[in-house]
Amino acid sequence: MNLNQIVTDLSYFLPELILTAVLLMVIIFDLFQKAETSIRAGYLAIGGLALVTLALFGQDVSAPQGIFSNMLAVDGFGRYFKVVVSVGAMLVMWMSLNSNELKNRRVGEYYVLILVLVLGMFFLVSATHLLSIYISLEMVSIMSYLLSGYLKEQMRSNEASIKYVVFGAFSSGILLYGFSLLYGLTGSASIFEIQAALSAGAISPVLLLLILVMVLVGFGYKIAAVPFHFWTPDVYEGAPAPITAFLSVAPKAAGFAIIIRFFNVAFSSSGNPNMEAWSALENMNWQAVIGLMSVLSMTVGNVIALQQSNIKRMLAYSSIAHAGYMLLGVVVADQTGISAILYYAAIYMLMNLGAFFVAIHVKNAFDTEEIEDYQGLGYKAPVLGVIMAIFMFSLTGLPPTGGFVAKFYLFRALIEYGDLYFWLALIGLVNGVISLYYYMRVVKAMYFGKMEIPETVHNAPLNITILLVILAVPLLFAWMVGDPLSAYTQDAVHFFIN
Amino acid sequence: MDHLNSYLVLSAILFSLGLYTVVTRRNAVAILMGVELILNAANINFVAFSKFVTHNLDGHLISVFIIMLAAAEAAVALAIILNLYNDRGHINVDEANALKQ
Repeated sequence: MNLNQIVTDLSYFLPELILTAVLLMVIIFDLFQKAETSIRAGYLAIGGLALVTLALFGQDVSAPQGIFSNMLAVDGFGRYFKVVVSVGAMLVMWMSLNSNELKNRRVGEYYVLILVLVLGMFFLVSATHLLSIYISLEMVSIMSYLLSGYLKEQMRSNEASIKYVVFGAFSSGILLYGFSLLYGLTGSASIFEIQAALSAGAISPVLLLLILVMVLVGFGYKIAAVPFHFWTPDVYEGAPAPITAFLSVAPKAAGFAIIIRFFNVAFSSSGNPNMEAWSALENMNWQAVIGLMSVLSMTVGNVIALQQSNIKRMLAYSSIAHAGYMLLGVVVADQTGISAILYYAAIYMLMNLGAFFVAIHVKNAFDTEEIEDYQGLGYKAPVLGVIMAIFMFSLTGLPPTGGFVAKFYLFRALIEYGDLYFWLALIGLVNGVISLYYYMRVVKAMYFGKMEIPETVHNAPLNITILLVILAVPLLFAWMVGDPLSAYTQDAVHFFIN
Repeated sequence: MDHLNSYLVLSAILFSLGLYTVVTRRNAVAILMGVELILNAANINFVAFSKFVTHNLDGHLISVFIIMLAAAEAAVALAIILNLYNDRGHINVDEANALKQ
């Protein structure tokens, strides 16, 4: 590795470089702003992220590259998740500009922290070395702790961040201990060399299982899968609402990206996830472990969500269930399985951000987070009601919404993979029916039951309506055969292998 | 190889102590100290493996990064704990239960 190589690699690093420049600019810009004008930093950050997204689309990933001594990979798979994350961040910043929680305070740092979080996720989705995985994971975690405690004079926000930091630091410590054993027993920290050592049988199955469990603690906490989900409801309820929306989508997607990359490369027998057929190491059955986690996440998330009366808390538990659905794709982990996860991640981002944004606006306008108080919302605010109904139908997975198409791809991947996995798909389907009950409770509150027809109709401000329409429209047209996103996810399943 | 084993045993003991501290303590600072024990157990592993198994500097390098990250994490965690203290006058995590179960 010489200096020339580093300089050459920098050209594959353009989106990250732009992002770094943008976040430094936002910090400096914010220095010259008073508290009441610091919201301008948000506009600058959104503009910068738009530039980063353009750079991502302009990136040539037809030939996957390993950069900086194979610390990071530049490939279609990573690029897909980077686009999802940066688009999600832009939408969340847009909503943050309208959030009442963030009014009357300095918000410059808020946008800087989101940008650093995005940078961390960019690294996480492309990390191919134990060190880069750990550093980027910590980068994401530390920024999440800070953001969830951003409303520092509020008791709830404080409590959210203390719980997050305790669980987060603990699970990343365990992950690191697992990594140290993996490093010692395979003799390398690069996931490609780890794969070579593992398939040569360097580690006994018992030790390998122990390491697998430790690594799953760290990754499982990031995607909030059962049994590593305890922090989720409290953090999601206590954090500022736009941050809750962001945490439930972007770090989760990035967590899935690193799970897929890590297991598909390090724990597969061929080490080549670009091949059509995919197989785990012979002496371990991690598909059973992941399958169990998936079933637990779906069931626990859905059953507890049934009992919630606070909409943020209900969405928090339902996000645990959605992590479970996506884990079904990890069980399969072949071409169709991974592209189904990619599809689900994008659709889930749209519908979950949408549901949270409606909840934020209802909190702004009617000062309530209780589902009961959504009574008659469909008549009080017709546009908001219809859009919320679309998000709820889509989250349930009812046709013809995007949520249905996404679930369909996942279940199809499972059933095509083998008869044994038919049962997993069936459990997923039953869970879809359970979730119908609590999502429809919101719709029922909005449209049915006794209510007086209000005289004046409430309309959301134009920019929020536009934002919600942008989120809702793709969900309605996702069923069209050969829709572009599906084709794009097929192309995106392309990994860098050494 | 005997030397390696003694390092690994030391790190396993540290790891267990850290785990025990995190699970049993209520005080947020004490929990943080438990986490530091776990991180340092991993550090010992990395350095020992690097010296006795791989014979290169990879593990040493990784442990330097871990020390740095642990410092960053401790700084953030202590700030959050301080905030909790200003708010409630104590730092016991099990009494932080304003959010409903």
